Amino acid sequence: MADSDNLTLNFGPQHPAAHGVLRLIMEMDGEVVHRIDPHVGLLHRGTEKLAETKPYNHSIGYMDRLDYISMMCCEHAYVLAIEKLLDVQPPIRAQYIRVMFDEITRILNHLLWLGCHGLDIGAMALFLYCFREREDLMDCYEAVSGSRMHATYYRPGGVYRDLPEEMPKYKANRFISKSKVKKLNYNREGTLLDFIADFTERFPSKVDEYEALLTDNRIWKQRTVNIGVVEPERAIELGFTGPMLRGSGVEWDLRRKEPYEVYDLLDFKIPIGLNGDCYDRYLVRVEEMRQSNLIIQQCVAWLNKNPGPVIIEDNKLTPPKRALMKHDMESLIYHFKLFSEGYSVPEGEIYCPVESPKGEFGVYIVSDGANKPYRLKVRAPSFAHLAAINEMVKGHMLADVVSVLGTLDLVFGELDR
Amino acid sequence: MDEFLTILFDFLPPESIRFVVPFMKIIILLVALILGAAFLVFFERKVIAFMHQRIGPNRVGPKGWFQSFADVIKLFIKEVIVPSNADRFLFLTAPLLSLIPALAAWAVIPLNETFIIADIDAGILYLLALTSFSVYGVILAGWASNSKYAFLGAMRSAAQMVAYEIAMGFALVGVLMAGGSLNLGDIVAAQSGGILHWFWIPLFPLFFVYFISGIAETNRHPFDVAEGESEIVAGFHVEYSGAAFAIFFLAEYVNMLLIATLTSIMFLGGWESFFAGSNYLMNTSLEFLMEPSILWLAVKVSFFLFTFFWLRASFPRYRYDQIMKLGWKVLIPITIIWIGVEGVMFLANVGPWKVA
Repeated sequence: MADSDNLTLNFGPQHPAAHGVLRLIMEMDGEVVHRIDPHVGLLHRGTEKLAETKPYNHSIGYMDRLDYISMMCCEHAYVLAIEKLLDVQPPIRAQYIRVMFDEITRILNHLLWLGCHGLDIGAMALFLYCFREREDLMDCYEAVSGSRMHATYYRPGGVYRDLPEEMPKYKANRFISKSKVKKLNYNREGTLLDFIADFTERFPSKVDEYEALLTDNRIWKQRTVNIGVVEPERAIELGFTGPMLRGSGVEWDLRRKEPYEVYDLLDFKIPIGLNGDCYDRYLVRVEEMRQSNLIIQQCVAWLNKNPGPVIIEDNKLTPPKRALMKHDMESLIYHFKLFSEGYSVPEGEIYCPVESPKGEFGVYIVSDGANKPYRLKVRAPSFAHLAAINEMVKGHMLADVVSVLGTLDLVFGELDR
Repeated sequence: MDEFLTILFDFLPPESIRFVVPFMKIIILLVALILGAAFLVFFERKVIAFMHQRIGPNRVGPKGWFQSFADVIKLFIKEVIVPSNADRFLFLTAPLLSLIPALAAWAVIPLNETFIIADIDAGILYLLALTSFSVYGVILAGWASNSKYAFLGAMRSAAQMVAYEIAMGFALVGVLMAGGSLNLGDIVAAQSGGILHWFWIPLFPLFFVYFISGIAETNRHPFDVAEGESEIVAGFHVEYSGAAFAIFFLAEYVNMLLIATLTSIMFLGGWESFFAGSNYLMNTSLEFLMEPSILWLAVKVSFFLFTFFWLRASFPRYRYDQIMKLGWKVLIPITIIWIGVEGVMFLANVGPWKVA
């Protein structure tokens, strides 16, 4: 017999606020939530197991599909782990490119988060404003990799190719006139770096626009202040990372604490919250977007001044130039070996985390010396965050569940793996 | 209007004119309302699209004008699914219970000096009775659906409507005091004499409260907790499909038109001109602008409808308990205080209204 005092509500997996395929079993007393039991695993795709069956490079694309909102950051952790096992160092230009795209990814992720969080709480316009800016960043992805989402751009030893000299442009057709196309293309005349520089100039005013809609909005504050409070000690115990931890006032950012790539050469600040509620986490993420914008600006300035190789020239690890292959026997052999067998990684194990937009995204690789990982384990930040949902919403109302779900910034691709 | 219809149906026996003329007026108003609701949906989508920097519907008909008709056709050829274990009778009655009061309320609403279906003296009381009635449709829909989400939506809706009905009723008491009548035509007549004589100045807090309660009453954003898309999916009408859903939808938009019209009539002088009583236009070629007309009413109604959409595009949604707090602890006290203030103004002879 069901408990007649409580209402058991099945929330999801098909629910507008479930952010994918989350299923929550809620025990409620009227509108007040007493217990939440999250059911995960509906998007389990066996990425970790799949990676054991194929050469290292083949799995880079799968990493994009883990956290499909912050694609390149996931690649980054994987590639970095392999590099550490191989003990290679990518060229400095590649490191700058990676950092730049990590930060572009961070803005992409936070924009989507802000839009969806806003939409969950009912601020509809924000969603579309955020997507307007995301469009430009997606174009950067496309310009550099040919794909708007699943870039597969990073490689052990650098990045797949250098930044393009020109941006793809809109073309006139029956529906879009020449003059309109000219207007659309105004910032696409130069290189990708010019386009990104133009974006970074526009972006802060756009963030101001979002903040104008939300930050001092009474309804927004009523819906987020003191909702889902997590004390700093508890946040650490729960394994929170990223904005969830910083929102609680713990200053922990891998970009600072364990700098990888060129983060130690760059100037940026780590925003932290005071109360650990949804509103603080919102402020932290918005400020992170501004800081990411600054990092991108620094990277663009450096990259404009310093041309150079973007991938190491070790043909055991990276493909030879295609032109060379046409007449050089050795290059042809390297190419064949690399694209069929791949490369072998020395025996050992490594855990390599990066500060992904959601928190600490880590890849743990055990290598037995073969061309495939013996075991791959992904540490997904969302998993730890979701685990805390019960204590975050206990005693709150049904509508707050949605606020908290939004603030957790869950992506089921990485959570269920 | 009456004379025109009388002439039109002159060929009928004189004793039947009594029935035919009101009947024709009802038909005219119904068609106008349903068409109005259809274009209101289109207007809303376009306005919100503009605020979102989107294009909005632009495929059906010229510039997408017939989008609503396409939607209606789509909804009406879809199956009405009745969930298993739902109370079939109530499930199918509930949409009607929400549409009928929404339409019936229009019987006492004058659109200009002459067009009114039933010119009854207790107009405001009739309106209060009917708008309160529409909550039954929502509650029964939520209960009959046999769904927890719909049930939560219905409970929220019921609580919210009770709270806001009171604020609304008190705001109407203020209008009633100022207008000295329960008849809406008389209330507009009491506001004649230009923009400064309209009730929105002396009754500004009530005007404000009335419009906010109106938004809450129609379950519109930011008070749409009964539908709360991201929380309880679609609230009370989550299980409805096809024509049954279309009727709920129509009722919501007719209610919006009703609230906008009532706000215009009671606080913005109804069909009175913005320029009535202005000395600048007197004896110029623009003098016709000072005439009262149904078009003035249309302008005011459109403004309020636009405000509905504007709020929807810009605000996050309230939480259920916050709505209740706003209703009980802010809006109702404001109205009570202002009714007291109005009484004092009345005795001291400050207001623009005539002391009887």
